[in-house]
Amino acid sequence: MTARPDVIVIGAGIVGAACAEAITRSGRRVLILDASFAGSGTTAAGMGHLVVMDDTPAEIALSAYSVGLWRELVPKLPRTVEYRPCGTLWVAEDEEQLDAVREKQRIYSEHGISAETLSPSQLAEAEPHLRPGLAGALHVPGDGVIYPPNGALALVQMAIANGAEIREGVRVDAIGVREVLAGDERISCDCVVNAAGAQAPALTPGLPIVPRKGHLVITERYPDFCHHQLVELGYLASAHTMTTESVAFNVQPRATGQLLIGSSRELVGWDASVNRNIVRKMLDRALDFMPDIGSAAAIRIWTGFRPATPDAVPLIGAWDESPGLWIAAGHEGLGITTSLGTGQLLADLMAGQQTAIDAAPFAPSRVLVGEAVHS
Amino acid sequence: MSSNVTAVPADIVVDGRHVRVPSNCTVAVALFDLGVSAFRKSVSGQPRGPVCAMGVCFECRVTIDGTPHQRACLIPVADGMQIRTAGES
Repeated sequence: MTARPDVIVIGAGIVGAACAEAITRSGRRVLILDASFAGSGTTAAGMGHLVVMDDTPAEIALSAYSVGLWRELVPKLPRTVEYRPCGTLWVAEDEEQLDAVREKQRIYSEHGISAETLSPSQLAEAEPHLRPGLAGALHVPGDGVIYPPNGALALVQMAIANGAEIREGVRVDAIGVREVLAGDERISCDCVVNAAGAQAPALTPGLPIVPRKGHLVITERYPDFCHHQLVELGYLASAHTMTTESVAFNVQPRATGQLLIGSSRELVGWDASVNRNIVRKMLDRALDFMPDIGSAAAIRIWTGFRPATPDAVPLIGAWDESPGLWIAAGHEGLGITTSLGTGQLLADLMAGQQTAIDAAPFAPSRVLVGEAVHS
Repeated sequence: MSSNVTAVPADIVVDGRHVRVPSNCTVAVALFDLGVSAFRKSVSGQPRGPVCAMGVCFECRVTIDGTPHQRACLIPVADGMQIRTAGES
């Protein structure tokens, strides 16, 4: 880049890529730096669901906003992003969960998200490989899936088309005041966006983000085995409660015909090795809901580190401790969905413009306030 | 090559076609002998067939008796076997 960048975005995962793309649309000159290459970290390890979740009011506001932005973006995405508008089925095991499904439908309706409750027979018709005896499901037709690394790449390319530059293989050592230090280089700018995901605290001490490991299993191609993203209703409790270990049934039909099987959560630091015990539990959970999935051949198992925050809400906005420093990190397992909303929110805040949703719940400064209270 | 084989024949079904093949060969050899070259299709729909013939490359996968993704080069033919290739999918 010949000219000095206005904004440096650290991290070309899907969140950093979305921030860069949104910021370039406000006319700023953006430089993206990534220690490896675009979409190679947590983004590459994720399932790629575009799903509205209602664990907290902040979460449904951001995820509903983001899924809407994804649907607007789809016509501009290359085929390699593998967008599939499969919708989600939140599967209820018993009457108690079915009550929760009805409450979920009410909340979604309040946020303008179309959703319908399926009876046991409607569910069996929609997904014949689910076990009999389930209580029903909430069908959310507006959800979808993408192939996340190519989603990040597409956003980077859109940012580049708007004048951004990306430098891959550049590891940032430190963030200064309106500057970034990487090896022998000192690059000055007006604003820095720390979008380094689970590694964000290494550059901005005090960010309460920890790596939360997850396993995924992918199978050979079995087209038409299932048609929707399938999630057990207990997923939110598994994914968003900070227990040391949990699993939940989550199966996705990929555009290739492959089945992606999740999900697990573990707090084990940066140990990326496959934990056979938790994979067993995860697959047992899948077998419990879809016995026939046992005949599918798994071809790969991998792990990833989701950047988790204590309140399960991402950190998006200015970091008041350092002038010109902005944070867009801590999206845990919902970063593919919420990347677009995050990027637009951050770009609007940076430009001093009205935001489409209330930005206050995401303000990183909530962490600083908490610290002051406790110290 | 079938003319050189003296083993008892096996009656199998390939893509709905009833054929008689030697029973002492693999599914891959039997399919080649029948003139099949597109064993399966890639994600983008291109034809694929055996490359390594020793179970490593996974290019020769076919559906055998309803089970997809079986490596034709490793499995001997058996009487009554139902085989589906890319020709039918």
